[in-house]
Amino acid sequence: MPRLSYRKALTRALADEMTRDEAVFLLGEDIRVGASNVTPGLLKRFGPDRVLDTPLSEQAFTSFATGAALAGMRPVVEFQIPSLLFLVFEQIVNHAHKFPMMTGGQCAVPVTYLVPGSGSRTGWAGQHSDHPYSLFAHVGIVTVVPATPADAYGLLVSAIRHDDPVVVFAPAGALEVRDDVDFATLAPVPLGRGMVRRAGDDVTVVAVGHLVHDALAVAEELADQVSVEVFDPRTLYPFDIDALVDSVSRTGRLVVIDDSNRSCGIAAEIITSVLERVPLTAPPRRVTRPDGAVLPFSPALDRAVQPGRAALAAAIHHVTKDCP
Amino acid sequence: MTDADPARLYRTVRLIRRFEERAIALVRSGHIVGGIHPYLGQEGIAAGVCAALGDGDLVTGTHRGHGHVLAKGADPARMMAELCGRETGLNRGRGGSMHAADLSIGVLGANAIVGASPAILTGAVWAHRQRGNPVLGASFFGDGAVNEGMLLEAFNLAALWRVPVLLVCENNGYATTMPVAGAVAGTITGRAEAFGIPAVVVDGQDPEAVRQVTAAAVARMRDGGGPELVEARTYRFDAHHTFEHSVRLDYRPPQEVADGRSRDPVAIQGARLSPADRATIDAEVEATLDAAVAFALAGPEPDPAGALDHLYASGLTGRGGS
Repeated sequence: MPRLSYRKALTRALADEMTRDEAVFLLGEDIRVGASNVTPGLLKRFGPDRVLDTPLSEQAFTSFATGAALAGMRPVVEFQIPSLLFLVFEQIVNHAHKFPMMTGGQCAVPVTYLVPGSGSRTGWAGQHSDHPYSLFAHVGIVTVVPATPADAYGLLVSAIRHDDPVVVFAPAGALEVRDDVDFATLAPVPLGRGMVRRAGDDVTVVAVGHLVHDALAVAEELADQVSVEVFDPRTLYPFDIDALVDSVSRTGRLVVIDDSNRSCGIAAEIITSVLERVPLTAPPRRVTRPDGAVLPFSPALDRAVQPGRAALAAAIHHVTKDCP
Repeated sequence: MTDADPARLYRTVRLIRRFEERAIALVRSGHIVGGIHPYLGQEGIAAGVCAALGDGDLVTGTHRGHGHVLAKGADPARMMAELCGRETGLNRGRGGSMHAADLSIGVLGANAIVGASPAILTGAVWAHRQRGNPVLGASFFGDGAVNEGMLLEAFNLAALWRVPVLLVCENNGYATTMPVAGAVAGTITGRAEAFGIPAVVVDGQDPEAVRQVTAAAVARMRDGGGPELVEARTYRFDAHHTFEHSVRLDYRPPQEVADGRSRDPVAIQGARLSPADRATIDAEVEATLDAAVAFALAGPEPDPAGALDHLYASGLTGRGGS
């Protein structure tokens, strides 16, 4: 079976959607040559009118995409680094997201914002290493964080076909993941649908994005001590709370691992949403970046801020052993 | 709509003037909540620009946007209903004064974020032309917007990609209370020229002068030209916002206000008509606005159960708040 990398899955999704729908076009910085290695070959295949290299004008080209969407196109905007989202938060939140409501339903703004390399890439330091998906979930923009190549393909396809703005966070920590994939089985993955990646009985671990792979590894390491169920939400907004409640109803314990800051992060939202509906056997835990974290440059310090396997294992022990 | 008929131009400025005066009255009587940003004194710009555009062309406006929407041809009755927050409004009561939009006639919306519109308009015009629809666009913004980075980024994109958008700066001398001299280094036309965009200054109090300048720019743009900028010098006759009267802001010398008001676009354009023709149009505008106010006040308020309708075009619904 062929190996598909996460990165190539994104490229394939873009190419397939551009082939299927003339209204889909790409814009972003250095995308003609594919500096993020997500768009190589697309210029040759689709031409410069559909693969637009933009000047370093993030606010203007993000709003340009809004205007193009209002005129019936389906733009995909690539941001090379996640921190650029802070620069265009206004354009996405205050315009793209609000136009359908403010016009009383006169329009749709189907823009996809693709962020390949979100989160920490070691050594990229303070201004290139954020993972701001919680902000977008908070304001109600469809927010997806695929963990696997097949999901990267399927969620990006669904994002492009969706009639509202969607931010697709492709975590740096997942870009090099490769899976055996039968290309014929690649298909759209519905937005808002989570899945159980690994079945277990004692505790449900919700892991976001690349941390799904860490959670699966920890679950295997602890397999002789505790039976861990790993839940991958895939979409953070809207969140598949029903599927998670099903899982936690069986296990009675909950740990969330999430690579965003602790205060007002998605982990808090997930835990609260579960607690509103299911009594837990033990108090829940969350493993996140610290409050207000800024990623330090030194690799040793960078890792110290990242939610990792050791912290996850400790949290699992805490909810299962310390609170039997 | 391309129309050099002086009577038609007069009708538009008169309609906007009287619409605004009626809207201010409705603010005072409590029928419009939140207040409005009156366009009084600036009517000649929207009227002149829109008279030179085609029906299929696109427009984006500002928080001071009633004139832009009306000049492009929106129904005054549905516009007034929108200001009153009624289900019968242009935006079904979801937008209000600062977001009035009518996409069916190319009005992509008044936009309450200063400097936000030109980039959106540039993308929309570009997209239409990619699909073989040769539309143009006109984007209105104030003198305050020329210090917004996003606006200047949009100038660059439009010029670079030769997107035919008319950048209409309504220079009324003040960004809320900040005088142009205290805010704008260099010149407004110089902002455009830096990007290779032709720029011209026009007397914004003369609707016909605005129409002529726009018509010439539109002809060049239809011929394959890129963006152009028009700086229309104008004067805001009234407050920045209707709240201003209650807080008694004091920032404009009385003599300056008197001088500004002496150059009235309604009077200037009206002088080009016979008194009889003016009287006929004035009466017709009054009847239109009588009906508009009646329509607005008779419209139902939206059902609170639908407060989140249209939040998502896809039909997505989130969880409730309680």
